[in-house]
Amino acid sequence: METQLNELKSQALEQIAAATNVKELNAVRVAYLGKKGPITDLLKGMGKLPAEERPKMGALVNVVREEVTTRLEERMAILEEQAINEKLQSETIDITLPGRPVKTGNAHPLTRVIEEIEDLFISMGYEVEEGPEVEKDYYNFEALNLPKGHPARDMQDTFYISEEILLRTHTSPVQARTMEAKGGEPIKIICPGKVYRRDNDDATHSHQFTQIEGLVIGEDIRMSDLKGTLSVFAKKMFGDDREIRLRPSFFPFTEPSVEMDISCFKCGGDGCNVCKKTGWIEILGAGMVHPNVLEMAGYDSKRLTGFAFGMGPERIAMLKYGIEDIRHFYTNDVRFLSQFERTEV
Amino acid sequence: MLVSIKWLKDYVNTQDLAPAELGEKITRAGIEVDAVIDRSEGLSNIVVGYVESCEKHPEADKLSICQVNVGESVDQIICGAPNIAAGQKVIVARPGARLPGGMKIKKAKLRGEVSNGMICSLQELGIEGKLVPKAYAEGIYVLPENAEIGSDVITNFDLDDTVLELDLTPNRADAMSMLGVAYEVAAILEEEVQLPEITYTEAEDEASSMLTLNVDSPEANPLYAAKVIRNIEVKESPMWLQQRLMAAGVRPHNNVVDITNYVLMEYGQPLHAFDYDLLETGNITVRHAKTDEMITTLDGNERKLSLNNLVITNGEKPVALAGVMGGENSEVSENTTTVVIESAYFQSASIRSTSKEHGLRSDASSRYEKGVDPNRVIPAAERAAQLLAELAGGEVLKGTVLFDELKREEKVVTVSPDFINSRLGMKIRFEDMLDILNRLQFKTEAINNQLIISVPTRRQDIQIEEDVVEEIARLYGYDEIPSTLPETATTPGGLSPYQLKRRVVRHYLEGVGLLQATTYSLTAEKSATHFALKPTELTKLLMPMSEERSTLRQSLLPHLLESVTYNTARRMDSVALYETGSVFLKGQDELLNEEEHLAIAMTGLWVDNSWQGEKKAVDFFVLKGIIEGLASKLGVEIEFERGEMDGLHPGRTAYLMLDGRRIGVIGQLHPTEQKARDLKTTIVMELSLAELFAEATDALLYTQVPRYPSITRDVALVLSKIVEAGSIEKLIRSAGGKLLKDVRVFDLYEGDNLEAGKKSVAFSLTYFDPEKTLTDEEVTAVHENVVAALVESGAELRS
Repeated sequence: METQLNELKSQALEQIAAATNVKELNAVRVAYLGKKGPITDLLKGMGKLPAEERPKMGALVNVVREEVTTRLEERMAILEEQAINEKLQSETIDITLPGRPVKTGNAHPLTRVIEEIEDLFISMGYEVEEGPEVEKDYYNFEALNLPKGHPARDMQDTFYISEEILLRTHTSPVQARTMEAKGGEPIKIICPGKVYRRDNDDATHSHQFTQIEGLVIGEDIRMSDLKGTLSVFAKKMFGDDREIRLRPSFFPFTEPSVEMDISCFKCGGDGCNVCKKTGWIEILGAGMVHPNVLEMAGYDSKRLTGFAFGMGPERIAMLKYGIEDIRHFYTNDVRFLSQFERTEV
Repeated sequence: MLVSIKWLKDYVNTQDLAPAELGEKITRAGIEVDAVIDRSEGLSNIVVGYVESCEKHPEADKLSICQVNVGESVDQIICGAPNIAAGQKVIVARPGARLPGGMKIKKAKLRGEVSNGMICSLQELGIEGKLVPKAYAEGIYVLPENAEIGSDVITNFDLDDTVLELDLTPNRADAMSMLGVAYEVAAILEEEVQLPEITYTEAEDEASSMLTLNVDSPEANPLYAAKVIRNIEVKESPMWLQQRLMAAGVRPHNNVVDITNYVLMEYGQPLHAFDYDLLETGNITVRHAKTDEMITTLDGNERKLSLNNLVITNGEKPVALAGVMGGENSEVSENTTTVVIESAYFQSASIRSTSKEHGLRSDASSRYEKGVDPNRVIPAAERAAQLLAELAGGEVLKGTVLFDELKREEKVVTVSPDFINSRLGMKIRFEDMLDILNRLQFKTEAINNQLIISVPTRRQDIQIEEDVVEEIARLYGYDEIPSTLPETATTPGGLSPYQLKRRVVRHYLEGVGLLQATTYSLTAEKSATHFALKPTELTKLLMPMSEERSTLRQSLLPHLLESVTYNTARRMDSVALYETGSVFLKGQDELLNEEEHLAIAMTGLWVDNSWQGEKKAVDFFVLKGIIEGLASKLGVEIEFERGEMDGLHPGRTAYLMLDGRRIGVIGQLHPTEQKARDLKTTIVMELSLAELFAEATDALLYTQVPRYPSITRDVALVLSKIVEAGSIEKLIRSAGGKLLKDVRVFDLYEGDNLEAGKKSVAFSLTYFDPEKTLTDEEVTAVHENVVAALVESGAELRS
């Protein structure tokens, strides 16, 4: 019987090893360990053995059964893994195929520039003020120290709708309106918006463009405060290593008036085609609010002083992104617009 | 303003600074130097030649063969200029010479004849054609007879000069003259100004014996000075004068006109020369024009005058438009022997309005408009008399014929050093301030720690304390100003609710895949009200630049659609754009009612993932979904109500309704409109952001996440095609009561298996009770109510 048992064991192990898939292995299991299998038969036949041999034989059968079971499970694990691997293999995809496109849109480059400037000044405690694009001559010119017949009106060729109504030529009338509304109180605002001038559209001129202006009025506002504020702006907008320089200039609504240059962000000041070999790029106009402007809006110019600055988002975008033609901003070619999707931090 | 540095050196020591360096100093002190122009750039080996003989080229009609003495030799040169002649002194570019634009002169053969160089026109030396004297405009330039043969043209005729181009701001009218620039440079370089020395011999006869003067309009013309110069010879000006004028951007004519222009450039004081004999009456009367009076100005235009125009007359008829341009009838010509030189002070407002009315600007009017220096009117007349005596052989009659009621007081500005320093945020020392004011030649007294400044009349831009602050700061140096930040209390800053909502809208639309566009506000008259939600009367410009940009838009869509067409015409078939911007509506006020709108236009594919079999063209419901998403983002309920609008598909248009108000429109473009715009299926919408944002949003409060499950039941209905799903949904909601949480259309079928005129719509109903788990029986009871209500309304249940 022992011989029979060993023979059975080696037969079983042989078949386990020979099984190539789960199904075959399961057949082996049923064949040897099933209720009708030879091992069960052997155990059933134990009764016929003499009593003293039974424990020995019983133990022997159990050893064989355990060994067969263990080997079978080991083999099963291998075959199952093999089966999964085969399935996964058959499920392989071409991961180089394109992903399902996600619709993305983005802001217009001018909005992008304006929003960046807005956020910068908001973080310094400024509010954003807006005003009408169709304006009264009074707010666009007179309240800004540009009475009728003032030669400086020539600097801004104007679209008139009637003698007193026009398309604003700058965002400064928002300052005049805000000052009037605040009735002598301190102010800290920036004013973005569309403006219009009687220019023929070409690569560098547009009859419609945007401006963003700032105005601070308070006690003891000094020209050094203007310089400091503009310096913060230049560094945040164009990079930490930007230097600024002020040059005297003229605007009827400020005195003194300045223009601000920044050191060229492309060449760092050595001279290149962006800065026309000067190392400096003109960015904005600014100045101390003219006392006439303050007085006209009901401010006591002896008590309160202020500064104002104004810049063109078109120019800033053109410089920053290397855009060569201002008309791109108004053509809305999607091949142009969609380039302003990605962040630039 | 073009400033020749050679000329400038007559009045101020420029310390031999390199032109670029001088330009930089001027710029940093406040007058922007736009360009530094080297007049001799690219010029070399150019000499005076004498044309000994000149014969026609046998092979070419237009060419001449010249034998030219260039000092060291007599060379044959072929010349194509029509005005070449033997006996002329000419400009010769010798072989090896360089001309502007990199041109190099070589020995050459022209139609078989050797040419050893080139006889040059002024244009070939880099001078603009419009500045070349008319006599030489079409040919070579002829040098004066006394020019030394073989000598260097560049140095002998002042071409070795650099011109600074100043970009003057309107306040610095003082720098519209060489003397004005000299004062500025003197202040920058701490030098003195050397004024021209005026000396000449007067004739015994009094000018007033020949000329009488009446000024009838003393307000407009408070000062009029006239000099009479007789026995002059009108001829070409000497080379130095011609060169200086050309350097200043003025075309030389003859010595009389050139002298008036020279003094204009030197003093900034406009002068005018009349032919005394052509005045006929020996009288000058300044008055306003009469109705229907006419004058032909020097530019050849006949002009009808108006009562506002100040004119110079001979007592009878106008001979000049005062301060703007002379008249043809008294123009100086080769035959002139006696001239009257006018130097006057005209009020800027008068000149400005006349110049504007006639659309005529001149060197004179542009200076009068900004205000000339009252103290230079008479010296300028004297200077012209001197030059006419020197350069035209004239005899200056004794005295000046003068009308003078002009006040010439110096403006006094009092300012304290503390004021200056507090405005600048600086600590400039008192002595430094005084030094700067002295450099500017502002007479200054210091009394009780106040600076009492008498501003010279040439600087009419200095009126108030702040102007002095600027003068001090710009000459002290803006680089010296420290950088500080305002010390006022910190303020919160931020966006208004409206501005915040606008950003929410923008970021949402960009998130769902739209590109932001920006178009023009000005449009053609015919497009102005197209697609307008609330069309009003048109708003047109008084003087548009073109019809295309003549009228303010009342809708964003026409231009936005133009942008879509622009793209599809360039084979970008799928375009989805949005724009926010103002439309301009006529209102009660004289100002317009400007309303900010949002517009969207989309065409082509919305989903394009073809390799996975997903492709979806834009349709009404794509855009409707975007608007619904936007509404939920803003916490408002927008309803869609069937609508109509010109240019939109009549069956595929809806109004956007908010609280019963029509705030916008959505629709598919009408096929005719699509065709006209060369577009395929295009869906558009426009709404008023002002109305969309009118109400404040409710506070956001959390509702509990459901703790009990919901139960879903479906119902499929057969409906007449004209019944709208929306009305059935309303019916279901009202019948479903509070347990019905959600209703959703999940299937729509129109086809063969249905009776004609019918459609099948299937709804999915979700029941939910926040308090407990619903039982099947409870749901069935409610659902049966809903079904009963539907059947009662005429809907047929689909089995």
